[in-house]
Amino acid sequence: MKFNNPRIEQKIMLGILWIFTIITVFILLFIILYILKKGLPVISYNFLMTNPVDMGKSGGIFSTIIGTVVLTIGAILIATPLGIGTAIYLTEYTLENKFTRIVKFGSECLAGIPSIIFGLFGFILFVIKLQFGWSILSGSLTLAIMILPTIIRTSEEAIKSVPYIHREVSYSLGSTKWQTVTRVVLPSAIPGIMTGIVLSIGRSIGETAAVIFTAGAVLRIPTSLFSSSRTMAVHFYILAREGISMPNAYGTAAILIIIILIINMVTYILMNRFIKKYS
Amino acid sequence: MNTIAIKAENFNHFFGKFQTLKNINLEVQRNEILGIIGPSGSGKSTFLRSLNRLNDLVPDSRVEGSLTIDGKNIYAAGTSIIELRRKLGIVFATPVPLPRSIYENIIFGPKMAGVKDKITLDKLVRQSLEDTAIWEEVKDRLSTSALKLSGGQQQRLCIARILALKPDFILLDEPCSGLDPISTMKIEESLRMLKKDYTIIIVTNNTKQAARVADRTAFFLNGEIIEIGYTEKIFTVPKDRRTNDYISGRFG
Repeated sequence: MKFNNPRIEQKIMLGILWIFTIITVFILLFIILYILKKGLPVISYNFLMTNPVDMGKSGGIFSTIIGTVVLTIGAILIATPLGIGTAIYLTEYTLENKFTRIVKFGSECLAGIPSIIFGLFGFILFVIKLQFGWSILSGSLTLAIMILPTIIRTSEEAIKSVPYIHREVSYSLGSTKWQTVTRVVLPSAIPGIMTGIVLSIGRSIGETAAVIFTAGAVLRIPTSLFSSSRTMAVHFYILAREGISMPNAYGTAAILIIIILIINMVTYILMNRFIKKYS
Repeated sequence: MNTIAIKAENFNHFFGKFQTLKNINLEVQRNEILGIIGPSGSGKSTFLRSLNRLNDLVPDSRVEGSLTIDGKNIYAAGTSIIELRRKLGIVFATPVPLPRSIYENIIFGPKMAGVKDKITLDKLVRQSLEDTAIWEEVKDRLSTSALKLSGGQQQRLCIARILALKPDFILLDEPCSGLDPISTMKIEESLRMLKKDYTIIIVTNNTKQAARVADRTAFFLNGEIIEIGYTEKIFTVPKDRRTNDYISGRFG
């Protein structure tokens, strides 16, 4: 396309970009509003606070909320120290070499693997081989492996974006390497690292394939690390797929969406406070 | 009291195969201000960073010859680099406050050294800020971000930050290159005051600045010292033609 008048060209392009944006926002809002419209009427205090009855045909979703929370916390607790530690090692303690390139390539590949493969891997390794059974432990470990690349990648980027001169200043004031990393680099990198963790929380909460293979789908409140448990996402999948109860499926989906929105909002607020403190 | 504080003997520095400092022989007297002038790429900053071993952060940095500070070769095995850096505070060309409050910036060094006592830290903050003549300007907003200060204030904060470590030496790497004339003047005034208690080396691209503040001046060119001597002599009757050319602005 060629326009003779740059001003018209400008206007047309602006219009096109505007339409693209509107389409994106519309799709997003449509999904959220549709699910909330279908799901909100089901939600009540009882729906939240009682366990599913009759495979979920009636009753609430309390045990699946607990399952989701426990499994996600477990995954984050395992993956965060590993991921941040790896990122610190890769950026601060080694120079770019063959080994670091292999680690980076490996973790990028890991990030692209479909979650059902992680599910299968977790099933074979944790459930069968290590005999953890279908359990919170197997599920958390599997989810942790799945989100590890995201945490490594985002932490690495966040750490790299801290200006080099800040490290120089820290060293010149007589800090050790470890002090420089923990007192200067990490505080500046935390907002970026948190973004990765929040993304990972979202992925863990919404994950079905990796979880169904490793944590199972038992509809009871887990009592130990070795209890099997059903997450909200798995519950939604089973309710909808087996045609057990569409209203309850939508109710579960609505709660899922609301929880993810809340997590994002809370992190956003906390981050803003943190950034204010450090700038 | 004209004791020798720093002595470089046949000191060479390399980044990989590239030699940045060639056969440097130089003495710095205690409580003097030594100015180092020279065109960019002449090795001034590299020399300064050799003194507190900041060049060690670059992977293929290497030295030959000897560089002694207070009689000890600082490149000898067993030298505590951390202690060395506390003893020789450095201020960079651009002011680099860390992203935290004014107070936190000043106490960063002492805290890393293990000072925890609040009263001691408060005293250090006040003393360092007074010594750099910025206390009056910031005393009511010590807890606000150091990034909110003006460029000149930030640079004086950076000087105060190294004073809080009670160093013996102050190294300045073109400290006024980004500052306005008034801020520059204030920093130069501070340096004249600080001379009583510290030995100061100032690298500067601005020959006039060296003429204003330095007791002695060294002229670096391509990694070598061409001439070193009392500032009045260097600027009025330089021995080497290249020195004369540089200070009269014919190259550089």
